[in-house]
Amino acid sequence: MEATVAKTGTEGKTWGGGPVSPLKASYGKMMMWFFIVSDALTFSAFLASYGFSRYKFIDSWPIADEVFNHFPFLHGVDAPMYYVALMTFILIFSSVTMVLAVDAGHHMKKNKVILYMFLTIIGGAIFVGSQAWEWKNFITGTYGAVETKGGQILQFVDTEGKRVSLEEFAQPLTEDRVVHERKNGLWFAEDEVSATTVSINEVKKGFAANDNVLVRIQMLNEEGEKTILSREESLKMMSENAVGVVQGANLTHNEYGPPLFADFFFFITGFHGFHVFTGVIINIIIFFNVIIGTYERRKSYEMVEKVGLYWHFVDLVWVFVFTFFYLV
Amino acid sequence: MAHEATHHNEGSATKRIWIVFGILSLVTIVEVVLGIIKPDFLVDTKFIRMSLLNWIFIILTIYKAYYITWAFMHMEHETKGLRRSVVWTAIFLIAYLVFILLTEGDYIYEVYKNGHVSWNF
Repeated sequence: MEATVAKTGTEGKTWGGGPVSPLKASYGKMMMWFFIVSDALTFSAFLASYGFSRYKFIDSWPIADEVFNHFPFLHGVDAPMYYVALMTFILIFSSVTMVLAVDAGHHMKKNKVILYMFLTIIGGAIFVGSQAWEWKNFITGTYGAVETKGGQILQFVDTEGKRVSLEEFAQPLTEDRVVHERKNGLWFAEDEVSATTVSINEVKKGFAANDNVLVRIQMLNEEGEKTILSREESLKMMSENAVGVVQGANLTHNEYGPPLFADFFFFITGFHGFHVFTGVIINIIIFFNVIIGTYERRKSYEMVEKVGLYWHFVDLVWVFVFTFFYLV
Repeated sequence: MAHEATHHNEGSATKRIWIVFGILSLVTIVEVVLGIIKPDFLVDTKFIRMSLLNWIFIILTIYKAYYITWAFMHMEHETKGLRRSVVWTAIFLIAYLVFILLTEGDYIYEVYKNGHVSWNF
């Protein structure tokens, strides 16, 4: 067989597994870069299809400032974006501690690597927790809304344009309706009628009785705000089109706008949160390897560098999610 | 990277990290402030069918992405070949995807708006 293998004339010029590797990057780092490129394409597919749906409903898409306006311990205070901005800082800061750990690894300073990796893990954990809190607010909802038979969302405001929650004006009826309780199992396995705290008939009755409540539709006006109907139009809309109550969000209904809005929220921030979660897990593994001195014996902290690449990538993705979901 | 790092002394690398952190924080603060104030002239001025404010957000985001990739992911120390194969591949494919999807989304919006079938009731 040996005779059939011709000399290619490139011996010593191409990589034969020797110390000089292609593009002067080690195998592990190069593979991490390949993975990052493919993962970046997955995320951009998510964000681009979000853009697609948004362009499709460009004049009726929910306004992020109105949806994400919660801040811990500030109940009922309108705090648009402050919390996401805080989360962004936490993630950027954990990126900084990560790159400091990589730097300390270059100088073979084990204790510094341990400290910085620990801080990175803490930052990542806080971020995942914050995201869980965001999800909780998003799923629970604040005001509730009414769905029309065409699947449009009607929200309610007072005469000053301030949002009014359904429970504030709905009037109880003595109708035969069982409200879903926790002890009866999963809320999403139940029919939608019993899953809300007020029924559509109670909302309709309360709406007819309260002259100062108006309907706000999804369509944006020239100022880029949601259109508020007059009292007559509101009454007409409620009596002709309203069919169901929506409180909070799931994959099929949400009180903020098109179902796609909630779907993309869950999939994009969920996929990113999953990345942060796996990043934290991998960081913990490497953290313990550092503690037991694996890389000290290997005389190279390159493994810290590789997990660092992944961690920075997660931060990079968040920068884009932040812009396209919360700012633009 | 290990061989690169030996050229720097420890102080300069850490200093650069903190400078980049400062830049990233500052840009984020600017974004949040703009997002809260939403200056009228930026919202109302359109450039290629998008408000100036959104252009600013997107440009600042790419600016941040540049610093994260170059400084934190050490792209600036990699060889030209690796740098180009990672960055240009991603940029080309993403730009293409965004272009076709947004164009298509806008087309469907027009169909909904001007078509004869009522969907918004």
